[in-house]
Amino acid sequence: MTDTHVDREVLDTLREVMEDGYTELLETFLADSQSRLHELQDSTSAKALSDVAHSFKGSASNMGAVRLAELCQDLESNAKNKSPEALAQLVADIHSEFAEVRPVYESEKHHAHIH
Amino acid sequence: MQAQEPLTILIAEDSAADRLLLSTIVRRQGHRVLTAANGAEAVETFKEQQPDLVLMDALMPVMDGFEAARQIKALAGEALVPIIFLTSLTESEALARCLEAGGDDFLAKPYNQVILAAKIKAMDRLRRLQATVLQQRDLIARHHDYLLNEQRVAKAVFDKVAHSGCLSAPNIRYLQSPYALFNGDLLLAAYTPAGDMHVMLGDFTGHGLPAAVGAMPLAEVFYGMTAKGYGLAETLREMNAKLKRILPVDMFCCATLLSLSFQSRSVEVWNGGMPDGYLHRMASGERVPLPARHLPLGILSAQAFDDRTDVYPMAVDDRVFLLSDGVIDTCDANDQLFGVERLQQVFAANREPDRLFEDIEQALRDFRGQARDDVSMVEVSLLESAQTHGAAPVYSDSGQSCPLDWSASFEFRGASLRRFNPLPFLLQLLLEVHGLRAQSGALYSVLAELYSNGLEHGVLGLDSSLKRDAAGFARYYEMRAARLEALQDGFVRVHLQVQPQGGGGRLVIRVEDSGKGFDVARVMERPVDNARLSGRGIGLVRQLGRNASWSDQGRSASVEFFWEIEA
Repeated sequence: MTDTHVDREVLDTLREVMEDGYTELLETFLADSQSRLHELQDSTSAKALSDVAHSFKGSASNMGAVRLAELCQDLESNAKNKSPEALAQLVADIHSEFAEVRPVYESEKHHAHIH
Repeated sequence: MQAQEPLTILIAEDSAADRLLLSTIVRRQGHRVLTAANGAEAVETFKEQQPDLVLMDALMPVMDGFEAARQIKALAGEALVPIIFLTSLTESEALARCLEAGGDDFLAKPYNQVILAAKIKAMDRLRRLQATVLQQRDLIARHHDYLLNEQRVAKAVFDKVAHSGCLSAPNIRYLQSPYALFNGDLLLAAYTPAGDMHVMLGDFTGHGLPAAVGAMPLAEVFYGMTAKGYGLAETLREMNAKLKRILPVDMFCCATLLSLSFQSRSVEVWNGGMPDGYLHRMASGERVPLPARHLPLGILSAQAFDDRTDVYPMAVDDRVFLLSDGVIDTCDANDQLFGVERLQQVFAANREPDRLFEDIEQALRDFRGQARDDVSMVEVSLLESAQTHGAAPVYSDSGQSCPLDWSASFEFRGASLRRFNPLPFLLQLLLEVHGLRAQSGALYSVLAELYSNGLEHGVLGLDSSLKRDAAGFARYYEMRAARLEALQDGFVRVHLQVQPQGGGGRLVIRVEDSGKGFDVARVMERPVDNARLSGRGIGLVRQLGRNASWSDQGRSASVEFFWEIEA
């Protein structure tokens, strides 16, 4: 498991690509992620969990949240195999990892406004 | 490196953030972007907007990427709309699914701009390649239709040319495949002014239009010269010279030519490169082969060309059978040739001569398992005379200025007698007189008879009683050729005199030769014997013309023709 939570280089590239759209991207990601977290809570089947995790993994990796992406990959691959307790733990880990990286993206939004 | 042309790219991705990011990246690369949030939207947008390329997320709600890809590919039809799957799927099975669904490539997340640009460029190249291929295919199909149409037109023109002959005469039976022309096969038949019949079965090298094109000038020569009364030898020389001149070096025409004479009950044959023909004698059942003794037409120069023919006697009902090499060359499943021996077997087994064609076709079918379409066969029989000719030739002048009071004399000496046939020219001259045109057949027959008597019996000193049997026949013509070749002195003179008389006119023909003459009284006394192969000439002259008489001990013959002016 990597130590880095957010890959700064990815953010730099995103900022450069999106230009004025950077803020919108950050907001969209944060909103998307919230709803994904809710879906994880509400999912009952291993397949549903796996699909949501897959989706979340995609946008997390695009946004440079590498650890979050890894956790989602774990959940996606092993949803069938893990016990309900282990699954619950993984979902909780995902929640807390997102809580960890969220301030980074908020801060980016703030700085984007200023610059 | 060429700059990438702007494309219209559809992005189907259910994650809003990813969709936003990708759209921005693609827009920055200069393209016009359309978006869809699920597979169903993607298909709808594709139908409405016809994008050039699709970036498709694999897992989407409502309709997933795989199904959307299948539908879009179906909608695109022949055109190539590249679909690049966006996926963080890692298992190879999942990636294989992408390609099976019709995906052309995939792009992994996180999105790498450089790789995306490269893939778009590569896919666009393929897209344009496919478009070019379709364009070329359509162009080729149009050209092909055009060529087929040209061939149809050419065939229609040629059918007119080929069918101006007398293939439908009662004594001719033939089988020719419908596309014989485009297989290079040519079958022609025409009457001479004397009522003889010329028949030609030819086989051009090659197939298709190149083979057919040579056939037209050849047919024109054949019909033109035959109608004017030229013999086989002159017609052959002219055809050979024409083909040699107009055809490319590696093209030529194998041919067998026949001149069937009902009057003299003989057939003259020239075979250049064709399979053996067969002369079937009904009385004995014998089939005499008529092998190729010459090279095909269009190969040799005029000096080297050999126009010597072979002459065979025929009895009434005897037949000459010619066939193209399509028969002999028919192969079976083991590449065995039908061959001449099997043909001989069919001949031997044939019980009804009128069913010969059917027997041969059946044998070919049995041998090969199916019919061939490039087989040509013709059978010409000698019927009892009194043939009706085809329609009389149409003249284009009005007769206001035709010569009515004139005379002309010609003397043909040694060298001319060897090589020159004056008959067509003399006939054309006489046909300037309108009143004589209705009798052109009789005129030609009489002129030909008197001239050939003067030449063969007079100048060359040949004894016509030699022609009493088949062997003698062959010897007669051998001697004729030899003596003609060696001829130095001697002459045949032809005098023509036309005078008006009463309401019409009179033509006097006088032919003299430098020979020893014959006992006129004795010949006149002989009863006319139809079974003999010789001695029928004098009878013919007396029958067709008026006031026939011989003088100067048989060296000079005179005959008259009369006509009335039609009201």
